[in-house]
Amino acid sequence: MVIDRDESVGVGALVRPYAVTRGRTRPRVDIAMEALVETTARGRSGGFLAGQEQQTIAGMCGVGLQSMAEIAARMQMPLGVARVLVADMAADGLLAVHEPAALTDGDDVVGTELLERVLSGLRRL
Amino acid sequence: MADRPANGRVTSAKIVIAGGFGVGKTTLVGSVSEITPLTTEAIMTAASEGVDNNDLVTQKTTTTVAMDFGRITIDNDLILYLFGTPGQTRFWFMWDELVRGAIGAVVLVDTRRLADSFAAIDFFEHRRLPYLVAVNQFDGKQFHDIEDVREALAVAPQTPIVPCDARHRESTKSVLINLVEYVLSMHRSRTAGASA
Repeated sequence: MVIDRDESVGVGALVRPYAVTRGRTRPRVDIAMEALVETTARGRSGGFLAGQEQQTIAGMCGVGLQSMAEIAARMQMPLGVARVLVADMAADGLLAVHEPAALTDGDDVVGTELLERVLSGLRRL
Repeated sequence: MADRPANGRVTSAKIVIAGGFGVGKTTLVGSVSEITPLTTEAIMTAASEGVDNNDLVTQKTTTTVAMDFGRITIDNDLILYLFGTPGQTRFWFMWDELVRGAIGAVVLVDTRRLADSFAAIDFFEHRRLPYLVAVNQFDGKQFHDIEDVREALAVAPQTPIVPCDARHRESTKSVLINLVEYVLSMHRSRTAGASA
């Protein structure tokens, strides 16, 4: 998908938010806003990236882990729009999405270990 | 990312920072975050989700809900996020998403405007999300006794209430440590109860 940014000058936003998602407002999968995203080897190769937004996201998440919220904020996109893009790129094998460890899943061993790690990390700050 | 353990599961956790408008939520997040707090926006569309329907319409059909957040790298495979709640408590749909999977919440209060925190406290109690109350001390002054605050907010005796200065890193760190210790103690007692 190619977006000609020059054509949108004067309209307000550079690109209408949902233009980059072809009008879709729901991602294929629901991604938590604190889910961590990283670029896969396929994404790093760059050849499969469809447009400017995808390239920027792949570049950003190739340097280090970024949360869904960080991607949206840095792309200056609403969370919902960024989610659709990330979900599509993940479905194409360009990004890996690491969902957060849910404390509410009822797995107390995982929960306790996570809390202990967060606690010792905060104490080390 | 090369230094991450090969089989380590990459994961994240979050803590919600709530409180009334202007109480210092973003200041608190910024005092301890490794990045300048970022703002993420969610768009709530009232009627239409179309792309090209707004050119001739002056009336706003969407509402933007903004949330400020910060990041603390705990380990190379564990990142903690601090999410400030949207200023207006009427955006409950966003609060639902914020609390899902959260470790717990900090309710930051200004003792001159205690009522501003009632909605957040009600919400967390209803969702059974553990929280603590942090009393922001503007200009280093403590305006009220901690137990007076407890009574005024009608929070349970076991809920921690701690003084803080949201501008200072050490103070914010201490608030977060208090919260995680509290959640961990609740978690342990529940685990012990379940296996007994």
